Amino acid sequence: MSDHIVLPEGSLEKETTTLNLGPTHPATHGVFQNILELDGERIMKATSTVGYIHRAFEKIAERRNLYQITPLTDRLNYCSSPINNMGWHIACERFLGVTTPKRVDYLRIIIMELSRISDHLICNSIVGVDSGAYSGFLYLMQYRELIYEIYEEVCGSRLTTNIGRIGGFERNFTNTAFEKLEKFLAEYPKQLKEFENLFTRNRIFMERTIGCGPISAERALSYGFTGPNLRAAGVDYDVRVHTPYSSYQDFEFTIPVGTTGDCYDRFLVRNEEMWQSLNIIRQAWQKVQEFKGADAEVYHADSPAYYLPPKKDVYTKMEALIYHFKIIMGEIEMPVGEIYSSIEGANGELGFYLISDGGRTPYRLHFRRPCFIYYQAYPELIKGGMLSDAVITMSSLNLIAGELDA
Amino acid sequence: MSLTNETIQQKLTEKFGDALTDWQQPYGMLTFTAPKDINLKVLQFLFDDEQLKFRFLTDLQAVHYPDNTGAELAVVYHLHNLVDNVRIRFKVFTDINKPDVFSATALYQSANWMERETYDFFGVNFVGHPNLIRVLNVPEMDYFPLRKEFPLEDQTRVDKDDEMFGR
Repeated sequence: MSDHIVLPEGSLEKETTTLNLGPTHPATHGVFQNILELDGERIMKATSTVGYIHRAFEKIAERRNLYQITPLTDRLNYCSSPINNMGWHIACERFLGVTTPKRVDYLRIIIMELSRISDHLICNSIVGVDSGAYSGFLYLMQYRELIYEIYEEVCGSRLTTNIGRIGGFERNFTNTAFEKLEKFLAEYPKQLKEFENLFTRNRIFMERTIGCGPISAERALSYGFTGPNLRAAGVDYDVRVHTPYSSYQDFEFTIPVGTTGDCYDRFLVRNEEMWQSLNIIRQAWQKVQEFKGADAEVYHADSPAYYLPPKKDVYTKMEALIYHFKIIMGEIEMPVGEIYSSIEGANGELGFYLISDGGRTPYRLHFRRPCFIYYQAYPELIKGGMLSDAVITMSSLNLIAGELDA
Repeated sequence: MSLTNETIQQKLTEKFGDALTDWQQPYGMLTFTAPKDINLKVLQFLFDDEQLKFRFLTDLQAVHYPDNTGAELAVVYHLHNLVDNVRIRFKVFTDINKPDVFSATALYQSANWMERETYDFFGVNFVGHPNLIRVLNVPEMDYFPLRKEFPLEDQTRVDKDDEMFGR
């Protein structure tokens, strides 16, 4: 036996089986490892290892201008990049004291809620896939495609969007974007209804998910859960309501809560949130249509010192050229201070803690990534359960490796 | 009845006297500094008090101030009272040569990985932590990368072979 293979002490005598779930296992949907101690198929102990795609964003951000940090936020929760982008823009705007016009807020809400839907639909349909029902995934996936087409129409890219700028959007929404939005609003509810018909009262699905990976409200709070996973445990905490940003206070919507915090509740909460998001998008689209004439052309804040001017103006207008130069070359100094700004990401409270000592780059930037914080509860959630339950618990927590590792 | 920053400051001052310093309210969030040996007492008081009820640990991380001799590392706690929806932030400064800070894991389960992350990047030694090992970086790493003595690569350096790696 070659001498580099050393078995751990007692590994031949022990009665449990060690199983490596991950780092690249089809059932983990991301790069993270769980070392499971199994007694038959029952999990006795789990140890999580993360950090496989750690990219040191916090360090990189210390050398970047504020607008250059937006592409880094794309890669946190890459299933809903626009929410991260907007969260970062909103944090910067709060920090710099930029106020955005209502139309920008409503357009942002349309994009944010679309990405919340795209995130939740992935999560819920993957729960279906992991419990053996593939078809729901196919029904919903085509609508994620439509959402991505809307992003593409607005900002030019699909997955890592880098959408918008500090102060608003880089251009006004095109008519095609609005047409696609209307198509989505008309067609998606039917598909979502069909998806729910397939799953919600499906006996097999219910048996599979009810009581699987539950967490009490108290434990969930102690573990720092936020977002749909916390609400499934019965705590109605939602940043959109608690600390409204981007004019969420102008909208009517309800926050669904569960009771037991198991996979089934998480599934139901996410489904209901998709309905609520549709509702919010409809209201926002209504409000956007009410802007007429010159108001309908507003797509950014009137704050030339921080809002990157359109390229056309840079070539033709003196002022735009000056501001473009100042922003790009980092001539505009940030105020000194610190701010914690958070938004409701698709997975929970996404926070940005920014410390500035003046100058062009942050002194320190910390991302509060909801995934990283609630993933620590995973060993407790799956302990004593079956191996197959661990897989659907993982997918119903909606773990995104990019957000875990930052 | 909502909880104001003034009430929180008053209650904390009643309890801890002059130990808590540097009261500020940047962007509306009450911020103060506590000596590192009473950080747990402050957390416990904020957790237990019937009026304060700061029972949710939003965020925990560190900042490195290399010029602040004797107190180079700051551990920053963000706490949230979910009932009254008030947030506060408090900081604990520690010497980089002896970065011992008491662990908050007994109060908050969520502090476990957050403290591991802080240890991983800044080397803050959380006393009482059940499993203080690196969480994102490899275990073999022997430095703490987010400290300021590790600058990012200079974008303008010329001694690198551009033909191979590009710029």
